[in-house]
Amino acid sequence: MLATSAQAATPSTAEVNTTGLAVTDDTVTVGILHSITGTMAISEIGSVQAEKLAIDQINAAGGVLGRQIDFVQEDGASDWPTFAEKSRKLLRQDNVAAIFGAWTSASRKAVLPVMEQYNGMLYYPTFYEGLEQSPNVVYTGQEATQQILASLNWAAETKGAKSFYLLGSDYIWPRTSNKIARKHIEDKLGLKVSGEEYYPLGHTQFNSVINKIKLRKPDVIFASVVGGSNVAFYKQMKAAGIDFTDEKPLLLTISVTEDEIRGIGGENVDGIYASMKYFQSLDNANNKEFVAAFKEAYGDDMVIGDVTQAAYLGPWLWKAAVEKAGSFDIDKIREEFAGIEFKKAPEGYVRIHENHHLWSKTRIGQAQLNGQYKVVYETEELMEPDPFPEGYQ
Amino acid sequence: MFDGYTSSELMSIFAMQGFAGLSLFSVFVLMALGLTIIFGQMGVINMAHGEFMILGAYTTYLTSGFFQSYLPGLFGGYFFVAMILAFFVCAALGALVEWLMIRHLYHRPLDTLLATWGLSLIMQQAYRSIFGAREVGVDLPEWMLGAFNVTDLVQLPINGLFVMIIALSIAVGLYLLMYRSGYGKKVRAVVQNRPMAEAVGINSAGIDRATFALGCGIAGVAGAAFTMIGSTGPSSGQAYIVDTFLVVVFGGAQSLIGTIVSAFGISQAQSTMEFFLSGSMAKVLTLLVVIGILMLRPEGLMALKVRR
Repeated sequence: MLATSAQAATPSTAEVNTTGLAVTDDTVTVGILHSITGTMAISEIGSVQAEKLAIDQINAAGGVLGRQIDFVQEDGASDWPTFAEKSRKLLRQDNVAAIFGAWTSASRKAVLPVMEQYNGMLYYPTFYEGLEQSPNVVYTGQEATQQILASLNWAAETKGAKSFYLLGSDYIWPRTSNKIARKHIEDKLGLKVSGEEYYPLGHTQFNSVINKIKLRKPDVIFASVVGGSNVAFYKQMKAAGIDFTDEKPLLLTISVTEDEIRGIGGENVDGIYASMKYFQSLDNANNKEFVAAFKEAYGDDMVIGDVTQAAYLGPWLWKAAVEKAGSFDIDKIREEFAGIEFKKAPEGYVRIHENHHLWSKTRIGQAQLNGQYKVVYETEELMEPDPFPEGYQ
Repeated sequence: MFDGYTSSELMSIFAMQGFAGLSLFSVFVLMALGLTIIFGQMGVINMAHGEFMILGAYTTYLTSGFFQSYLPGLFGGYFFVAMILAFFVCAALGALVEWLMIRHLYHRPLDTLLATWGLSLIMQQAYRSIFGAREVGVDLPEWMLGAFNVTDLVQLPINGLFVMIIALSIAVGLYLLMYRSGYGKKVRAVVQNRPMAEAVGINSAGIDRATFALGCGIAGVAGAAFTMIGSTGPSSGQAYIVDTFLVVVFGGAQSLIGTIVSAFGISQAQSTMEFFLSGSMAKVLTLLVVIGILMLRPEGLMALKVRR
C-alpha cells in the first residue's frame, strides 16, 4: 500500500522529461566523468568517491522526484580530447540528465563546447582561475577571487604582512591567480610584491628560489605549486632552515590540501597556511556526518580535501534544482539556479549565484603535524563569486 | 640584472647559487652515471632508467617503514641500509631484464629503445598497482634535516651535502672500477673491439650482464638519494629522464669523465641563471647553449675514440 501511495506522489515521466533524457518511471541516469587512469587519477579519484557517496545518500533518502539515480561512469584518462569524446557519448548515447566531472581547466574547456552544443549540464568541482561562465556549467568549487582576496586581506590585517613573494607552477591557474593577487596587493592593499616566479610542472630543484626568498625576506610566500613539485619544495624549504612555525616568513598556499599533505609529510608543512573553503577538520554538524559517512564508505585512512567536498556538492545541488523546477529538463532547471541553496553542505551552507558559481565562505587553515588543517579564520559572510573581476585582469 | 643588491649580497648570492649548482650537479651525476655506462658499454639506450631510480626510491620507502615499525631505535641509520638494498634490488632486476630481453636485441639499438620503453611502462603500472597512484613521501631521520650556517645568508642543507657525498663516492668508485680493476679493463676492451676481446678469452656476454646490472644498481642508489629531496610516485621517473639524456648526450655518450664535466657545466649554468632570470628562462637558455655546442661537437664534449 505504501508503494502505491508513494507512486501516486511521483510525477509522471512525460511530465518531468520532455527532452528525451534517460529518465524512466523509477530511475534517472547521470554521468560521472573523471580521470581514473593517467596522471590526474591521483586527484580525481577522491571526486569520484564523493559523487558516488552523494548519489547513494540521495537514493537512500528516496531519490530525485521519486526516481532512483543510476550513473554511467566514463574515464577521461587525463587526456582532454578523451574528455570531450566521452562527454559527447554520455550526452548523445546515454542521454544523461547531468554530468558530474572534469578536473583540470583543460578538460573543462574541452567538454564545454560539447555541453553547449547538446545542451547538457556539467557540475564542475574544482577551484579554478575564473574568467569563464557558461549556461551549461555549474561551478561548485571557488573561483580565483574568492580563494585569494580574503586570504591576502587576512595576511595584511591580522599578520601585518607588507611584502609578498608569488611562486607557482608554470601554467594557467597559478599565473591567473598570481595576476589577481598582484593587483590586489599593489592596487587595493598598497603593499609590495617582492618577487614572482614560475617553475615547470614536476620541477624538483628549488634551491635558487629559496635563496632568493632568504635574500628578499618577504613577509608572505604566496604559493601555488602543484603536484609532486610540492614535496620537493617543502622538503627543501625545511632543509634550508626556513621554519614555518616561526611564522616568518609566513607561507600561504592555495594548492596544498589534506590530500597533498599525505605525500609531502606533515612535518614538512607544519605551520603553513592554506586558503580554501573547506578543510576536513571543520567543526560543524554537517561536516561531522559527511566525514563519518565518507570514512565508512571508503576506509578510515581516507583524507578529504577541498576539491573532494566540492564534488560532493554536485549531486545535491542538482537534486535541489530538479525539485525546484519539478522537471529534469535542462532548460527548466537553468531558470531555477539562482538562489538554490544546500543547507547540509559539509562546508556549512552554500547558495548558487546567478553566474552559476557558489556563494561560499573562505577559510584559512594552519597545517598541523598530523596532516590536518586547523581553521584560524573564516569570512563572516558568504563571498560573492566574481569570475570576471573588474580591475584584476 | 645585478641592481638592487649590495656587493656583499652579491658575494652571498654567488656562494649560495654555487652551492645550489653543486647540489644540482650531484643530482645530475647520480642520474646520468648509470645510463652512461650502460650506453657506453653496450650501446643500449635504457628508457627504463627513470623507473629503476623509482624502484630504488620505493625500496627506501619500504625500508624506512620497516625501521619505523620494527627498529625505531635504529631509525637514524636506516638510510644506509636502504641505499645498499636499493642497489641490490635494482641490480638484480637489471640482470634479469638483461637476460630476458636485452641480450636478444644487441646490434639492434632502435629495438632496445622500444623494448626498454615498454619496460618502463610496465614498471610504472606495476608501481601503480602495488603502491597506489598517490605519491609517497619518505621520513628523514632528525640529523638529516638541518643546515650548517656558514654566514647569515649562506646555509648548507645537510641532505644536500649528503647527496653530494653519495654522488662523489659513486663517481670515484666507478672510476676506480673502470680504470683500475680487472673488470674495468675487460669492459673497456669489449667497448673498443668486441670480436678481438672475445678472441682473447673475455666473456663478453657476462661483462654485458654485469654492466647492465651495475648501471641499474647505480640508478637504484640515485633513487634512494632522491627521496631526500623529492617525491616518489609511479611516474616520477619520467621527470628525470629528459635531464639525464641531456647530460649524457652533452658529455659524450660513452665517456664517464665527459658525463661529469657536462653535469657540472649544465648545473652551474642553470643555477646561476635561475637566480637572475626566471626558472623556465634559465632552462631554455641552458638548452640553447647545449644545442649550440652540440652543433659544433656532435659527439659531445668528450667523445671516446672508438675503433669501428
